[in-house]
Amino acid sequence: MTLGLVNANPVVQAKKERIARTLNQYKDDGLDPLDIYDILSSFLNIRDPEHPYSLEQLSVLSEDSITLDDNLNRILITFTPTIQHCSMATIIGLCLRAKLKECLPLHYKVDIRVSPGSHADEASGKEVI
Amino acid sequence: MAALNNLTEHLESFVDVTRSPSHHADSLKAIASSLEKGVLSINQLVVEMDMYLTTTDDVIRARGILLLAEMLNHLKEKPLDTAVVQSLAGFFTAKLAEWKSVRGALTGCLALIKRKDVAGLVTATDAEAMAKAMIKSVQVQSLALHDRKICFELLECLLEQYPEAMINMGNLIVYATCEAIDGEKDPPCLMIAFHIVELLTQLFPSPSSSPLAAEASDLFDIISCYFPLHYTHTKGDEASIPREELSRRLSLAISSTPFFEPYAIPLLLEKLSSSLTVAKVDSLRCLNDCVVKYGVNRMKKHYKDLWPALKDALYSFTETDLSFGLESLTSPGFEMGEIHREAVDLLQRLVKQDISFLGLVVDDPRVNMISDTISRYSQFEDMPDTSKLEILVVSQILCVSARASVESCNKIFETFFFRLMNTLGIVEKVSSGDLVHNENSTASIKLYHGGLHLCIELLTASKDLIPSSEESSSTPWCSIVNRFSVSLIEAFTSVVQSSYDECSADAYLGVKGLLAMGMLCGGSSPVSKSEFEKILKTLTSIITAQRAKTVKWELALKALICMGSFIDRYSEREKAMSYMGVVVENLVSLACSSHCSLPYPMILEATSEVCSTRPQYVEKMVQGFEEAFCSSFSDFYVNGNSKPIENCSQLLECVTNKLLPRVTEIDGLEKFLVHFAISMWNQIESSVVFSYDVSGREFVEAAMKTMRQIVGVALVDSQNSIIQKAYNVISSSTLPAMESIPLTFAALEGLHRDLSTRDELILSLFASVIIGASPKASLPDVKSLIKLFMVSFLKGYIPAAQALGSIVNKLGISSDCSLEEACDIIFHQSFASGNNISSDDTDKTICGSETLLSKICLGFYGSVDLQTRAITGLAWIGKGLLMRGDGRVNEIALVLMECLKSSNSSGNALHPSAMKHAADAFLILMSDSEVCLNRKFHAVIRPLYKQRFFSITVPILESLIVNSQTPLSRTMLHVALAHVISNVPVTVILDNTKKLLPMILEGLSALSVDAVDKETLFSLLLVLSGTLTDIKGQQSVSDNAHKIIECLVKLTSYRHLMVVRETAIQCLATLLELPHGRIYPFRREVLQAVTKALDDPKRRVREEAIKCRQAWTSITSRS
Repeated sequence: MTLGLVNANPVVQAKKERIARTLNQYKDDGLDPLDIYDILSSFLNIRDPEHPYSLEQLSVLSEDSITLDDNLNRILITFTPTIQHCSMATIIGLCLRAKLKECLPLHYKVDIRVSPGSHADEASGKEVI
Repeated sequence: MAALNNLTEHLESFVDVTRSPSHHADSLKAIASSLEKGVLSINQLVVEMDMYLTTTDDVIRARGILLLAEMLNHLKEKPLDTAVVQSLAGFFTAKLAEWKSVRGALTGCLALIKRKDVAGLVTATDAEAMAKAMIKSVQVQSLALHDRKICFELLECLLEQYPEAMINMGNLIVYATCEAIDGEKDPPCLMIAFHIVELLTQLFPSPSSSPLAAEASDLFDIISCYFPLHYTHTKGDEASIPREELSRRLSLAISSTPFFEPYAIPLLLEKLSSSLTVAKVDSLRCLNDCVVKYGVNRMKKHYKDLWPALKDALYSFTETDLSFGLESLTSPGFEMGEIHREAVDLLQRLVKQDISFLGLVVDDPRVNMISDTISRYSQFEDMPDTSKLEILVVSQILCVSARASVESCNKIFETFFFRLMNTLGIVEKVSSGDLVHNENSTASIKLYHGGLHLCIELLTASKDLIPSSEESSSTPWCSIVNRFSVSLIEAFTSVVQSSYDECSADAYLGVKGLLAMGMLCGGSSPVSKSEFEKILKTLTSIITAQRAKTVKWELALKALICMGSFIDRYSEREKAMSYMGVVVENLVSLACSSHCSLPYPMILEATSEVCSTRPQYVEKMVQGFEEAFCSSFSDFYVNGNSKPIENCSQLLECVTNKLLPRVTEIDGLEKFLVHFAISMWNQIESSVVFSYDVSGREFVEAAMKTMRQIVGVALVDSQNSIIQKAYNVISSSTLPAMESIPLTFAALEGLHRDLSTRDELILSLFASVIIGASPKASLPDVKSLIKLFMVSFLKGYIPAAQALGSIVNKLGISSDCSLEEACDIIFHQSFASGNNISSDDTDKTICGSETLLSKICLGFYGSVDLQTRAITGLAWIGKGLLMRGDGRVNEIALVLMECLKSSNSSGNALHPSAMKHAADAFLILMSDSEVCLNRKFHAVIRPLYKQRFFSITVPILESLIVNSQTPLSRTMLHVALAHVISNVPVTVILDNTKKLLPMILEGLSALSVDAVDKETLFSLLLVLSGTLTDIKGQQSVSDNAHKIIECLVKLTSYRHLMVVRETAIQCLATLLELPHGRIYPFRREVLQAVTKALDDPKRRVREEAIKCRQAWTSITSRS
């Protein structure tokens, strides 16, 4: 067990302002298909295990890191740990999975990966997640 | 004696430090009240307390002194003997020297000094002695917080109340103040301390021989170390002083005396150059105060340093984009930061106070570079940010300086305006009457956006400085503008006219320029009447020349509205005449002619917006609209084309939406509108044929709405005249023939919708008049009117039924027909001719059903159509009666419920559509209608009528539901019950939750079968959700938890309405407030349903489902 923080000084990004979806909220016709923002917004409350910032602020996750195929019911999430040797990568991955399990219907297959080259121990991380 | 006994007890308890503070407070209160009542005198108290005040025990003596001091504090309003006050003052002054009892001594001194306007004041000598004693023996900064505060208060009071005594003390008091304040860190104490400095400086205003002059440097050092204020500990303390307030006090203290000037200005300038925003803002504010207090002479020597610092502050803002939007037409067009705003204020103050400061501004090389910057780029968008910033800041500097005073305005115009005109290539033109377009002069015009912006800003800034009287018309800047006004207007006009739709900057600058020129009003305006009219003409022509709503169009309209309201605000008679002649008449005539490229709704919008700026214009507009209506309408019935009738409906809509809401604001509008209504009737009267299609149907709707509302807002007299007119038209039509139709089954059976379209229009409009009329208005020939409406609603004209409802609701004693008679006609004038009613039927009478109307409703004879019309009509009549609290509504309710039964008295069930109508009749009865029978249309409304109806009908409906045999009848009864329940105030439901809850739940499941009832289902669900959260309903909710959950779970998958699913899930989440044991058994069921809802097609439902699921999951893990 390392003493102190694994990454004491993370780079913090500003929170992105997103335009709230207000149009047609109460219309009954048509579908609101699941999109990446639904998934991203469900991660809003997850904080980094070490810092009081959201994963988005720490650039662990962004719009680009989520791929969604509604027809095949597949979701691929690729997150980027803040540092190469982040021991929390597996925990972050598990958090994401647990959160998605709460928020998504059962028929989606969720894959969670560390983005290539961002972690020293990519393979083992994958196993745990 | 008893009082004295108690006194000793209270004294003991106060002096005893081991007792709790509440004990202390109680005994204080008791003693104070006996002192106030006069049971105990202050002398007696002192005598009684002798031992406590003189004992050698320090603690007890301190408490004793404090007690006496607190007592004096309570007696601030009570007159006391001068000798007593004097001896007490002496006592407390002496005690100041004892550090152990200093709290009591200070409190006592303060209480004595605070005595105002009552007998027994401290003399000036005593006060001086007190001050000296305090200075000598009290070390303020070594005391605790509360004591320090009292010290400062004491000093403050002494300075405020005994200025002469304090002046006598001379240097001593200044030293003492310095010593007391030095090192203070608590905001509440500092608040007082800064005030003390301010008071102190007021004591010694004269520059010579003032003790302050010598000590100014020290005193300033002590207060200046707080500048700029910065709180290090901001947490918690709500009672603490806000930074803004303390900073304001500090600024007042710094600026309080000119003696501080040599120290203050350099400090402030230094802080102004800091990079901290707070420091900058505070310095600017403080400088603003100083400029006022120190005076021109002292400030003059700092101008050289002040101007560059101020300029830097002005350049510091980061926003460089000018908005060309509609909303910024009357504002500078960019956001100002706090620093910037303060800097602008300071600049204006400096220029206003001393015109010589302007010399620095005018000679500034950076400001003078502006012409080059302007001429470098023609389009605003092309400029780099630095140039934009340069132009915005310089134009602001010049505007603010110009706005400061007339002289500064003159100077700015003299130095800059010529140069600006040169740069723009605008030349002087004196012949104002000459409107011939001169090719040579315009050819050289170079319309740089930057220059236009600067020019517009200057003109706008100077508009308040126009001298009001004629004699001072020689104001230089006015004559300068006057020399250029013709060319300027031409230039702006050409900018607007050359603008394309895509380039809003051109249109914006042109229109804003014209607006700025047009706003130069006043006695000696540099813009002459003909020029003003030219501006108006240009703007009006922009409006009329467009074919669609463009930016240019909206800008021009807004500019005209601004000018209109400006003229009205400053009551410029001549300008108002021009406005009327050029703008109003032009637009109104457009509305009449309708031969214009501009779409008709846009003409109406422009006209109504422009004209609502002044009552006179409104008058003109209503007259114009009346004319337009008449010509379009006659055009329609003569030529029969549909275009004019569409215009008519748009016109009426404009009247209802734009004019009617303003009827209370504009005097006399009511009169014009009534005139308008009467001329509508005149037109209809003179039209012989009127046949319509779809657009005609829209027209009838619009006309009804307008008529209703005009009658609604009109005074009773005017209502009477409209009613009379309408009645005359009715009488001359073929409609009265209907009155003679006997109200018999045989006669009614043959009725179809056989009115001519003209008659239908007349009937609908007449019904609208009746709906809008107040109870005080007199209706002619009510009986035949009732008959007419009866026949027409049985023919299927709903407005007739509504009018009938209004009549029975408002019928008063003044009318020639009483309510009894009216009801007689409606309900009982039936069995006239011998028709084929078998005697069996008549014998079987249920309450109220012996009348013809109820028989039709129950389907004894006639087609289903007739039956449904009768039911709807009956509902409206019932609504009228219900609202006035008439008992006959009960019979109507019974008839309606009879219709809902699975087998009624005649033994057979009703047609489903009739049942549906009967169920919906309850909605008509209970809901608030927009169209009629509401407050706007003067309905007679008895308080709590809904509750009454609720308590009558709900038990019957309940028993009917229990006994119903067919599913259809059951559903319909549930629909009816849902209507009643969801329209009654929620408190009524909460009082009866126990009884109603099972019914509501059953209703929810009955209604969820069919998509037709989705709206009703939703309103019923809302009622349920209301009961879940309320404390009153909680017990029965808890008892019925299993049923509620079962029902809600079903509704989470209701396909037809998204809000139902959403609300159901929200309700499930609120159920978690119930006792854990009660809901735990259902978690699996709920979680299953909510998990399914995670896959809902609508996002809102999914979001609710996620929240609800998390909440329900958490109760599983908690256990």
